[in-house]
Amino acid sequence: MHMRTIEISVGAFVLAGILALVFLAVKVSGISLSADRAGYTLLARFDDVSGLRLRSKVSMAGVTIGRVARIEVDMEYGQAVVTMEIEGDEGGLTADTGAQILTEGVLGARYVNLMPGADEEMLGDGDYITETQGALVLENLIGDLVTRLGA
Amino acid sequence: MIRFVRSVGSQALERLAGLGRSTVMWATAIWGLPGPGDLVLVLRQIYHVGVLSLIIIVLSAFSIGAVIALQFYTQLSRFGAEDAVGLGLALTLLRELGPVVTALLFAGRAGSAITAEIGLMKATEQLSSMEMMGVDPLHRIVAPRLWAGIISLPLLTAVFNVVAIYGGVVVAVEWLGSDPGAFWSGMRDAVELWDDVGKGMLKSVAFALVVTWIAVFQGYDTEPTAEGIGLATTRTVVLSSVMVLAMDFLLTLSMYGDF
Repeated sequence: MHMRTIEISVGAFVLAGILALVFLAVKVSGISLSADRAGYTLLARFDDVSGLRLRSKVSMAGVTIGRVARIEVDMEYGQAVVTMEIEGDEGGLTADTGAQILTEGVLGARYVNLMPGADEEMLGDGDYITETQGALVLENLIGDLVTRLGA
Repeated sequence: MIRFVRSVGSQALERLAGLGRSTVMWATAIWGLPGPGDLVLVLRQIYHVGVLSLIIIVLSAFSIGAVIALQFYTQLSRFGAEDAVGLGLALTLLRELGPVVTALLFAGRAGSAITAEIGLMKATEQLSSMEMMGVDPLHRIVAPRLWAGIISLPLLTAVFNVVAIYGGVVVAVEWLGSDPGAFWSGMRDAVELWDDVGKGMLKSVAFALVVTWIAVFQGYDTEPTAEGIGLATTRTVVLSSVMVLAMDFLLTLSMYGDF
């Protein structure tokens, strides 16, 4: 085997490996090269965020418009504070926008659904969504049902 | 009875000595490189262990990807969750099957060849004549093979993952008619760059270190007879496979098991 052939094939091999890595990074894990897309953050307090995770979807009318960036607990009120990164410019969502935590399909992942309001004022960067409804926890529902049936 | 205890003891000491010898060999060889003049040697070895392994890697990857997609699809479609095929396929491959299967194939295809080659060099006294000429066989023979393995295996793993995902696409999307949009977006939503791609590659580097180490040492330490070479080759494949699987469990535990 000529040295030249070996060099060329090793070069092709390494190139193929690197291309494969790039493919895995871009196409499979879906990092966007322009990660610095403009956006703003909104916060919301929920009574219960069970099942919601970092990078869960934030959607409106079924269209994904953002991601959950942070979930913290506020010990004072016993509530969860969810920070959401919303794509696009601020000013698209009214101040009385509602947020609820829903489930995708039967066994699907939890996500935050935003419901449009009718207020004149708009939500800006760092504002709180006040109309919220937390996650439905199956055990609590069953517990409710049992007590009601028992009564 | 006493003879039995004594034989167990000497066996254990022999194993320990082997581990010691192999560590010394590995450490001396790995620091011996790379000088600029040695790159040609490494290049040649990458050709042997990497490029020549491509065919088996690509063929196995395609079949494995196809079969995983098929299994996921048949089971998930019972719950109407075919959309999760892409996600399941990508996570299984990136986290576990990609690095592990590639390492196993690599041990069988390249590791055994390295052991046999070095073993035969030893049996035909090429290694001792090299030493006689003042050429260090650790530097000239062992080190390039170690480096070539460490460079090649992660690249092979990346190729494996891509081809296997493509195999899954062919089965789930092209053949069974899963929705391509859901397939890819489900995958992209679930796969994290560092947690899945990065850690999988890290596993692959760890496997490369161990597999090449075992292969080179078994060849270097073989009994210089035809039978000895045969035994050493078998030991390379068996030992590397067991080590890869055991290490995979430990690595998975430390990388993903935050409990």
